Amino acid sequence: MAGVNKWFGELHVLQDVDLSIARGEVVVVIGPSGSGKSTLCRTINRLEPIDSGEITLDGQRLPEEGKQLARLRSDVGMVFQSFNLFAHKTILENVTLGPIKVRKLSKGDAEKRARELLDRVGVGEQADKYPAQLSGGQQQRVAIARALAMDPKVMLFNEPTSALDPEMINEVLDVMTSLARDGMTMVVVTHEMGFARKAANRVVFMDGGRIVESADPETFFTRPESARAKDFLSKILTH
Amino acid sequence: MSDVLENIDLFVDGYLTSLKIILWALAGSLPLGVLIAACRVSPIPPLRAFGTFWVTTFRNTPLTVVLFFCAFGLPELGINNSFFFFGVLGLVLYTSAFVCEAVRSGINSVPAGQAEAARSIGLDFSQGLRFVVLPQALRTVVPPLGSVLIAMFKNSAVVGAFGVGGDLWSTGLGLTSAQGYPALTIFGIGVAVGFLCITLPAGALLQVLERRVAIAR
Ligand SMILES: Nc1ncnc2c1ncn2[C@@H]1O[C@H](COP(=O)(O)OP(=O)(O)OP(=O)(O)O)[C@@H](O)[C@H]1O
Ligand SMILES: [Mg+2]
Repeated sequence: MAGVNKWFGELHVLQDVDLSIARGEVVVVIGPSGSGKSTLCRTINRLEPIDSGEITLDGQRLPEEGKQLARLRSDVGMVFQSFNLFAHKTILENVTLGPIKVRKLSKGDAEKRARELLDRVGVGEQADKYPAQLSGGQQQRVAIARALAMDPKVMLFNEPTSALDPEMINEVLDVMTSLARDGMTMVVVTHEMGFARKAANRVVFMDGGRIVESADPETFFTRPESARAKDFLSKILTH
Repeated sequence: MSDVLENIDLFVDGYLTSLKIILWALAGSLPLGVLIAACRVSPIPPLRAFGTFWVTTFRNTPLTVVLFFCAFGLPELGINNSFFFFGVLGLVLYTSAFVCEAVRSGINSVPAGQAEAARSIGLDFSQGLRFVVLPQALRTVVPPLGSVLIAMFKNSAVVGAFGVGGDLWSTGLGLTSAQGYPALTIFGIGVAVGFLCITLPAGALLQVLERRVAIAR
């Protein structure tokens, strides 16, 4: 993405954001509340349209609306803070809906693959339940499986563990770490510094709608350059 | 009472006509209302504007005026058809605006995250609506939609008054002018009972439906 700007009314939430992410790279986005992390994440699959600048994915500019945009979104997996599993569908149906309706897979093929993915994220036993019957950690792992079922080129995670009880955070982070290890391209907005250190290739620090700093995790956590990053790190690392 | 019994075949006739009006109006206004609701929430501004225009027009115009326009205005424009057709058409247009608003309130009751999740796996707008949002909206739509439909059943009487109802209407008027108010009262009771026979079961059916969709979530 290059020179991206976005306003919410008067508020300039993204200011001249340039960011490029290589295939297989894992980028963790951190920053104080309201700095525009979620907005950045959401512009990448155009859940938020941008006001100026350009976002390209795999060499292709994001389409404006309609069928082409839908096709592009099918290649971009997204995991939300609040899971957003389809409440009226079973776990299995949640994972097969996209493959059947968008990828036009047969029901049998889609279910076979969905069960593999559910096993992989450790919720294979829950396939026939409804989302409300699962714990938060389980729901979020289903959401990851749902995104993976589309064979995305890149996965976006917007604070995937913020809505979870502490004991469930790790089960989700473990799944994400293993994805990272398997070479998935990932953009992860998170406050989990442990995950950033372990799995990220790069940490991007945002403040006030700008990317203030971008470095490998080791450098960022031990020798941050900007005063704002130092300040931010001292605040979160003290508790 | 004897007036009602003497004219029982007219009653049955009128009753069947009413039922026919209701069924056609249901078949027309439900899909049309859903379609207009889809327009109102669509990402395409001209469609949204069209939906808003539609609802504003037909919700704020008295039914009789809509019916007048259909029955007398459309023929002026060179569109010719039976009174029955124009009557049903008017009722469909009018009711669709209310159906639309009931459906739209249901759509708005579904958390925005559901539609976002649908879009993010690559469903397009109409797929997201059909497979994710509308099925969940149904739960909250049934009660207000029920009221809209029962109002429509009753409005079918107004359509009947436009001459579509035929002989029953004129007999009623004839009896009334010949025999004065008592006949009108009895006649009115007969018609009212006929209507209750439609609306009460419909109301009960809606309640069952409401319970069903509440469980199936
Ligand atoms: N739909 C919206 N309409 C108006 N303002 C918005 C909207 N979404 C976000 N904002 C504002 O934009 C700014 C950036 O929001 P954003 O959600 O991207 O921040 P964030 O970095 O993700 O913060 P957090 O860590 O709290 O999630 C905030 O000031 C927020 O209030
Ligand atoms: Mg956020």
